[in-house]
Amino acid sequence: MSTPAVELRDVRKNFGRTEIIRGVSLSIARGERHAIIGPNGAGKTTLFNLISGRFPISSGLIAVDGRSIASLAPQAINRLGLSRSFQITSIFPRMTVFENIRCGLLWSQGYRYSFWHLLGQQKELNRAAEGLLERLKLADRRNLQAGLLSYAEQRALEIGITIAGGAEIILLDEPTAGMSHSETDSAVELIRSVSEGKTLIMVEHDMSVVFGLADCITVLVYGEVIASDAPAAIRSNGAVQEAYLGTVVA
Amino acid sequence: MSMLRRHWLWLLVLFVLLAFPFLFYDWAKGRHSGFVLTLMSEIGVMAIFALSYNMLMGQAGLLSFGHAVLFGLGAYCAAHVVNLVKAGTIWLPTELVPLAGGLGGLFFGYVLGWLVTKQRATAFAMITMGLGELVSAAALMFLSFFGGEGGISVDRVMNTSMFGVSYSSPWQVYCLVLAWAFIAAALMRLQTQTPLGCLANATRDNFERAQFVGYDPRVVRLLQFALSGFFAGIGGGLYVLIYEIVTFDTVSAAKSANALLAVYIGGAGGFFGPILGTIVVVLLQSGVSLLSNAWLLYVGVLFIVMVMYAPGGIIGLIFMHVPIWRTGRLRELLMPYARAFPPALLVMLGFVLLVELASFTTIGAAQGKKFTIGGNTIDTTAPLPWVIALAALVLGALWLRREARGFRLRWDELIEGAKRQGAVS
Repeated sequence: MSTPAVELRDVRKNFGRTEIIRGVSLSIARGERHAIIGPNGAGKTTLFNLISGRFPISSGLIAVDGRSIASLAPQAINRLGLSRSFQITSIFPRMTVFENIRCGLLWSQGYRYSFWHLLGQQKELNRAAEGLLERLKLADRRNLQAGLLSYAEQRALEIGITIAGGAEIILLDEPTAGMSHSETDSAVELIRSVSEGKTLIMVEHDMSVVFGLADCITVLVYGEVIASDAPAAIRSNGAVQEAYLGTVVA
Repeated sequence: MSMLRRHWLWLLVLFVLLAFPFLFYDWAKGRHSGFVLTLMSEIGVMAIFALSYNMLMGQAGLLSFGHAVLFGLGAYCAAHVVNLVKAGTIWLPTELVPLAGGLGGLFFGYVLGWLVTKQRATAFAMITMGLGELVSAAALMFLSFFGGEGGISVDRVMNTSMFGVSYSSPWQVYCLVLAWAFIAAALMRLQTQTPLGCLANATRDNFERAQFVGYDPRVVRLLQFALSGFFAGIGGGLYVLIYEIVTFDTVSAAKSANALLAVYIGGAGGFFGPILGTIVVVLLQSGVSLLSNAWLLYVGVLFIVMVMYAPGGIIGLIFMHVPIWRTGRLRELLMPYARAFPPALLVMLGFVLLVELASFTTIGAAQGKKFTIGGNTIDTTAPLPWVIALAALVLGALWLRREARGFRLRWDELIEGAKRQGAVS
């Protein structure tokens, strides 16, 4: 059996005396689209913050591609090929849309902290950034300050920055939150296409998005995994229905 | 040819700056005005300093209160190098002395930056302030490097020029300052277009997001800080060549404040803003300070007015007009501006008169100076001048408020028009 893309073993996280994540074990296979669902306050976003290195874990083990990420800074985890988006839009508001995307590309293209390359002359880099803008349908917003984009466009840009570096493991935190129906539909199409052949882990509240995209669903309630299975099995799982789904999906 | 087309503005400015001192040339005696040349050299040096400060403030969002440390330490390094060259210990062309200052600034920028860039925002500002005090204190303690209160004196006539120039005259030094100012400005301009320059913007906007695209914001800040030290040090090296002495004033908080003032007044948003700010600040400092005891007050008031009413600085005010200019209706602002000018002038005159009356009754009297306007001595103890000043200020302000309302209406209308035509970006 190949190494899972992301593996969590008895992960715990407490803030002070409050335990938010209470012994989560989870294995996410390479190439899988994995959704994490659960009621508000279940610890989904905290789980993302742990996997991406934003917070250190209190105990347990998180491995990315078989490598423990304990004590790694977020940027080091990102360089392992794991990239995340944020629930509350996190972009570079005073830079142009194009520059935002290019920032997401720089490290993976090997520019590191260079102050001897002129960005305007990096044809390949700029072409890659333009290509991604096309895919995000933001090409005509290219030179606009990112902070001036509409909400849905900012969400698309958020996803764009996340995937720009070509990460093999993509974490999306509520990518469609606050979107209208039509916006959600195009966001789902975007997520489907950008996660092709990659490992996708996403937190999502919109059940039509979850069941439309995910190969596997984990249900998190009060910091514990109560089920982790294929969508059909989750739908018919009694415990899940009782804890969460029953009231949401008819 | 395309180079010429793209960089014509730089060339034009260079030409104007070379020609400008000749307006004050004394043809009878056949020499330049020393005052004008020193003033312009000072502007050149301070422009480099302010631009290097903006690498932190504008580009990386780092508010430093101790930027003069890098300028001053670069200057001290350059001064020691000049003395070593003079003594024959090492050889270096005079033209490259600023580079020695730059390398000194780079070195200290990296070492000190390693300390200060662990933090950002308020903590960064506080640490740089402490650092400034620390180095100022050290300057009076480590005599061999800083030369104590007397500083380090040098003789810039080293006879090691690459072009056979003696640098005995201020004109020759001015040309060197100009050359380096252009080189430094061009390099700093290019730096904004490199990955590091772009990442400095990214960490300014959202340092956490920068981490999640693979970058360590601390490293970005450190490199940006060190590079800004390099350019500040170049300014310091030129300072040594102009004044032939470097004292602990160059590392002082007052010097740091100068960069901050220049950047705020000129505007941190556009690359050239700090240069405009520098010109204003240096003219106030070197020109107005000769005329008035209260010059520092004018700097302060200008600073407050800019921060309150034009947070984008002079360059921000200029950029505001771009959309209207694009629609070709800039002409329509001429009249409103002309109407606002007399009351604005009246307010300024009233204010200046008040300040000067006050300053002559206190400091001026202590110095035994008399307040004279056009040969007439003004009695600062009589009520009439005070009444006139106050009246000018108050009436001017009321009049200005009236005109400002009309101006505002016209302005909004033009901007609205520009928006409709899609000229606002």
